[in-house]
Amino acid sequence: MTTPFEPGLGYRLNPAVALRPEPFGALAYHFGNRRLSFLKAPELVELVRGLGSHRCVSDALAAVPDGRRGAYLRALASLAAADMIVPQQARSEVT
Amino acid sequence: MTIARGQIASAEPVPALVEQFKGGLDAPICLTWEWTYACNLSCTHCLSSSGRRDPSELSTGEMRSVIDELRAMQVFYVNVGGGEPTVRPDFWELLDYSVASGVGVKFSTNGLRLDAERARRLAATDYVDVQVSLDGATADVNDAVRGDGSYAMALRAMQNLAEAGLANFKISVVMTRHNVPQLDDFAALAERFGAQLRITRLRPSGRGADVWPELHPTDSQQREIHSWLTEHGDQVLTGDSFFHLNALGGSPLPGLNLCGAGRVVCLIDPVGDVYACPFAIHDVFKAGTVRAPGGFARVWRSAPLFAELRTETSGGACRSCSEYSVCQGGCMAAKFFTGLPLDGPDPECVKGHGASALAAVGAAVPRTGPDHSHRGREVPLGMPSVRIPAKVRVPAKLCDSSPLAGTS
Repeated sequence: MTTPFEPGLGYRLNPAVALRPEPFGALAYHFGNRRLSFLKAPELVELVRGLGSHRCVSDALAAVPDGRRGAYLRALASLAAADMIVPQQARSEVT
Repeated sequence: MTIARGQIASAEPVPALVEQFKGGLDAPICLTWEWTYACNLSCTHCLSSSGRRDPSELSTGEMRSVIDELRAMQVFYVNVGGGEPTVRPDFWELLDYSVASGVGVKFSTNGLRLDAERARRLAATDYVDVQVSLDGATADVNDAVRGDGSYAMALRAMQNLAEAGLANFKISVVMTRHNVPQLDDFAALAERFGAQLRITRLRPSGRGADVWPELHPTDSQQREIHSWLTEHGDQVLTGDSFFHLNALGGSPLPGLNLCGAGRVVCLIDPVGDVYACPFAIHDVFKAGTVRAPGGFARVWRSAPLFAELRTETSGGACRSCSEYSVCQGGCMAAKFFTGLPLDGPDPECVKGHGASALAAVGAAVPRTGPDHSHRGREVPLGMPSVRIPAKVRVPAKLCDSSPLAGTS
């Protein structure tokens, strides 16, 4: 199971995931679990692509207008749940 | 293919994804590619009227070129079918090439080549998935449609796949009047083999046109399928093929619930012709050929037919129906091959509009497209029309058929 999404941590696009640009945003394909996700806004695609260069998700969201931050956060949480984005550093297993 | 559960990450209120899909995508999500018209069987409902190999089928080199193109377009997986695709002498070689190119393969088979050794090699290969066709949970029901011995052949293959540890391979069932009562039995079979059940709608395409009037589920069976899917839908794949049943009410079935023809779906046939949908092998729905300059990408992006399919449809006679928003007028191919107008009701419209429209059609039903049926063969038996070398190369593992299941 993936660990819960934590905006205080750094995330990045899963190396096993390919993004295919589409008119609505992008289609994300996970070569590991073969799942498909849809990123429904071009801004979200940029955010996801650049995620790895930020220390934490909250930093990455700093430039996003206040009114949209909550929605982007929810979108990122669902991408994390689908293993499309992963923590930048694997944490030790907690049992 | 493989997207068992599509997820949508949305940052803000935007038009529903389904609305955006109507305008088409840069590349298909669900591409069916039939590798040969040759088949050892002669199923009565074959959507592609397969049997004999076409002498103009794409060569190994041409097949590789198409795979190269799919890779460049980021088509992440293809549904390979036929015919019986494994009778192509270069089948395993092409499978390996595709997988190595990052284009996953799910192939449909009647089980012909899936012996124990082959099953083991498949299980050891990433990125390949296998879909075994079975149209009856018992030999009598199955073989009446697919031919004598075909049930035993499919079960042998399933046994081999299960023993080899290929988890979650698919058992693919076309729903007919005779197997609707066996839905629970199919689910039990899937469980027994560690497989996943996939049920799809019978279309009057190919030879299916001849048997559709007698084989398609009755009205009460359609309701039975709908309630069964409502109960089991999260474990069963459907290729998004029952969206016309959404007019029965309740929560819409999982899936895109939209005719994806030319929008997210298309077919490349064995001679390289590109059609809007696997169930629409007819000149009317032919968009071009991969053999022309620009190849597949040009057909997908520029074919006038596809541009037309990506525009909003009028809804025609269905527009005033209260259920139009959920059934979208149903299946284009089902309408076309039963002689109904494309902007009217589906022949299996659960509101009964299809039945009355059908009664008015008369003899004006379009004939199906290219016919590669075995000549003079009533009953499916015997060997494929191409020779297979004793030594074959390694195959490969993956994709699920409704990339869109779970999408909403």
